[in-house]
Amino acid sequence: MTVQAVAFFLFAGILTLSALMVITARNPVHSVLFLILAFFNAAGLFVLLGAEFIAMILVIVYVGAVAVLFLFVVMMLDISFSDLRKGAMQYVPVGFLIGLVLLSELALLYGAWVSVPEISNNLAAPVSAFAGKTNTESLGLLIYTHYLLAFQCAGLILFVAMVGAIVLTHRVRPGVRKQSVAEQQRRRPEDVLEIKKMTPGAGL
Amino acid sequence: MAPQDFLIQYLPILIFIAVASAVSAGMIIMSLLAGPAKPDSEKLSAYECGFDAFTDARNKFDVRFYLVTLLFIIFDLEIAFLFPWAISLKEIGLFGFWSMMAFLGVLTVGFVYEWKKGGLEWE
Repeated sequence: MTVQAVAFFLFAGILTLSALMVITARNPVHSVLFLILAFFNAAGLFVLLGAEFIAMILVIVYVGAVAVLFLFVVMMLDISFSDLRKGAMQYVPVGFLIGLVLLSELALLYGAWVSVPEISNNLAAPVSAFAGKTNTESLGLLIYTHYLLAFQCAGLILFVAMVGAIVLTHRVRPGVRKQSVAEQQRRRPEDVLEIKKMTPGAGL
Repeated sequence: MAPQDFLIQYLPILIFIAVASAVSAGMIIMSLLAGPAKPDSEKLSAYECGFDAFTDARNKFDVRFYLVTLLFIIFDLEIAFLFPWAISLKEIGLFGFWSMMAFLGVLTVGFVYEWKKGGLEWE
């Protein structure tokens, strides 16, 4: 129990600190690295909650892929850091507003949880229903049958993302000389070679 | 499984994290404390000989790298959905099987689209 508490406070503390560093670090690349640290600590918190699968997916998808993508975006942005700082203050009111909305939503959620005792009946699928099953297995029992519509919507969203990525970033480069194997195999000597009889000393 | 039993399986990983952070922090701190540090302006210059760097090391990448990463992430997420499906396939039956096939079918349409569009070709 105490190890669990120590681990929780360690993970939560480092998570909060690195989240703070993400928005205060001067170098955007450092921000992304702190973001990766924050993801790792969030994965630790998920493990403490018993959500193994989410924790591992967080590490695989967010740390492995999204963080690399963020690094790419940071590297591709061709802006000087001083220019970036200049306009930052004008977004402070909007930032505070969004933070306030999030905080009040959290407060509402916590208030409902504390003041209404029977709210736990509203849980979509209580974990106790799958006693004796591992975390991943109980997820598998729900996603593909009970939450079929949401699952197929996730597939469609991924499809739209794929098509969108190609439409936005793929461009055909003219003048590129690609190897075409079929073209090479079709080529016959008769089409391209001409044999001429030459008499010695006569010239062409 | 009770939460306690389940967490005890993660104890080796916790110990590993503790040892790894202790060792790496120890290396940095010990080299700060014990290593000799006599800097001068030549040692601190960008190169100890030669010239200063002309430009920033951060270059703009070609956008094609971005496309490849984005496509990788999408298929990575597809794989994430396959894991729970694979272990619970025996219990969710034919319905679960075909629901996954529909999901994969949609993504295969996207895959065919990107293949035909030339999104996978480098040059």
